[in-house]
Amino acid sequence: MVDKITLGYTHLSGCTGCTVALADNYGGLLTLLDKYVDLKYMPTLADVRHIQQVDVAIVEGSVCIQDKLAVEEIKETRAKAAVVVALGGCAAYGNITRFARGGQQNQPQHESYLPIGDLIKVDVLIPGCAPTPEMIRNVAVMAYLLLKGTKEQKDLATAYLKPLMTMAAGCNAACACDIMTSVINQGLCMGCGSCAAACPVRAITMEFGKPNLNRDLCIKCGACVAQCPRGFFNTDVISEYEAINEAIMAALQ
Amino acid sequence: MGAELGKYKSCVSARSTDKEILKGAQDGGIVTSLFAYALEAGIIDGAIVAGKGDLPWKPEPVVATTRAELLAARGTRYNISPNMSLIKEVTRSYGLDKVGIVGTPCQMQAVRKAQLYPFGLREVGDKIALAVGIFCMENFPYQSVLQLVEDHAAMKMEAVKKMEIGKGKFWVYGDRGQVVQLPLKVTHKYEQPGCHVCLDYVANMADISTGSVGSPDGWSTIFVRSKIGDSVWAKAMAAGCFETKPMETVKPGLELVTKLANEKISKNRKTLEERASFGTGKGLRNPYL
Repeated sequence: MVDKITLGYTHLSGCTGCTVALADNYGGLLTLLDKYVDLKYMPTLADVRHIQQVDVAIVEGSVCIQDKLAVEEIKETRAKAAVVVALGGCAAYGNITRFARGGQQNQPQHESYLPIGDLIKVDVLIPGCAPTPEMIRNVAVMAYLLLKGTKEQKDLATAYLKPLMTMAAGCNAACACDIMTSVINQGLCMGCGSCAAACPVRAITMEFGKPNLNRDLCIKCGACVAQCPRGFFNTDVISEYEAINEAIMAALQ
Repeated sequence: MGAELGKYKSCVSARSTDKEILKGAQDGGIVTSLFAYALEAGIIDGAIVAGKGDLPWKPEPVVATTRAELLAARGTRYNISPNMSLIKEVTRSYGLDKVGIVGTPCQMQAVRKAQLYPFGLREVGDKIALAVGIFCMENFPYQSVLQLVEDHAAMKMEAVKKMEIGKGKFWVYGDRGQVVQLPLKVTHKYEQPGCHVCLDYVANMADISTGSVGSPDGWSTIFVRSKIGDSVWAKAMAAGCFETKPMETVKPGLELVTKLANEKISKNRKTLEERASFGTGKGLRNPYL
């Protein structure tokens, strides 16, 4: 179909959890592939593994800088994609691979892992470990609208994706302590508990109405501060939640 | 209709028809009655409400799945109940498929952000079946309430029967009948700082929002906002859960709601402006940009 956008999926040092999250859209994924997306390459879900020219490249996993192939692949991904999406905590922030220090079989010298944003320019960030199927779906639909939609749809997609683009242009490290530094220290926390709910490893509990961080548990996925309504809150988009949710669900029918 | 009251489909003054609920209600018993009805009608399997915590007047988010649990959570406790902290757990270990949640305007914002940008909330957004928002000028940390009640009002927390903010005062009612009123000038400095950048007074993003302001004593003002809210409200009305009066017929009416909404929003817009140039050539972060 001429109207589809082309999509690639580069898989670096990630656990395939992001791939599973994508696949967990079940019927929605099939609709995406039927109507909106031409999947050009992807190691697990497509026959083609080598990187090709695409509109949108999704990257799962961080880059091991001692792994020549990984370094080549991330650069090739950037060179051949109009839009690069860092999917999940590892690609976005390093996540659990931030704790790697080498010594594992059978490549003990593979000890340094970087979020892809340390090596290439990233356009859109989807934090979280694993990122949610719904978030991947929303970004996929919005990316389609951005590239193929009407003027109105383009505007909506731009507004929806803007905070994810701002995050991509910002810091390449995440931690539960972001809740301290960019929310509480900034006088913005109102104690809703979104951070605690979003944390995949229960590193955040609410004590006397404020987040209490157990930094030893934190895997640095970035979900907490991304979920925080005082992390970013684009009122113009979120106040239209009813219409946007309906549009996304209609697109997947 | 101005932007300060958000979008809404209808607005009425209402009171629960359930005597048992009204007995321990803050105002019109709206939130408890709505959830009790929704529970009975199968619209929700349970609701995240501000239940009783481990200290007097300290709320704790709880998942109420019975009428008795809802009744136990009646009334306002003027400090933070992080209801969103349970929004994922309620669909996991509690196993709820249709979730009700009550919260302040900022918590309703968190609900909608969770639905549109579910970074860490897999299979949560589509399970939120009824979000009820409450009007909110500001909130207090627990320790601030402690300070106001024990230091300023000279009352034991355990001995307080009801707290209320209204008519420009913070009211503390003791269980022996004593009443202490504190001017809001005293309470302002104890407010939660994060409230001062909030631009929503009447929970614009709730399905249904409610609060005492605008309605006579014992009644509540209701905004029905979303399609879900509209459908639930119509069913609850048909089931006889509420008696209502047209908003135009009650005093002080929508005029006061509008006035207070504008006061809050313009005060906090000013705070956001001041934050932008808080330091010398450096400012504080604006979450809305």
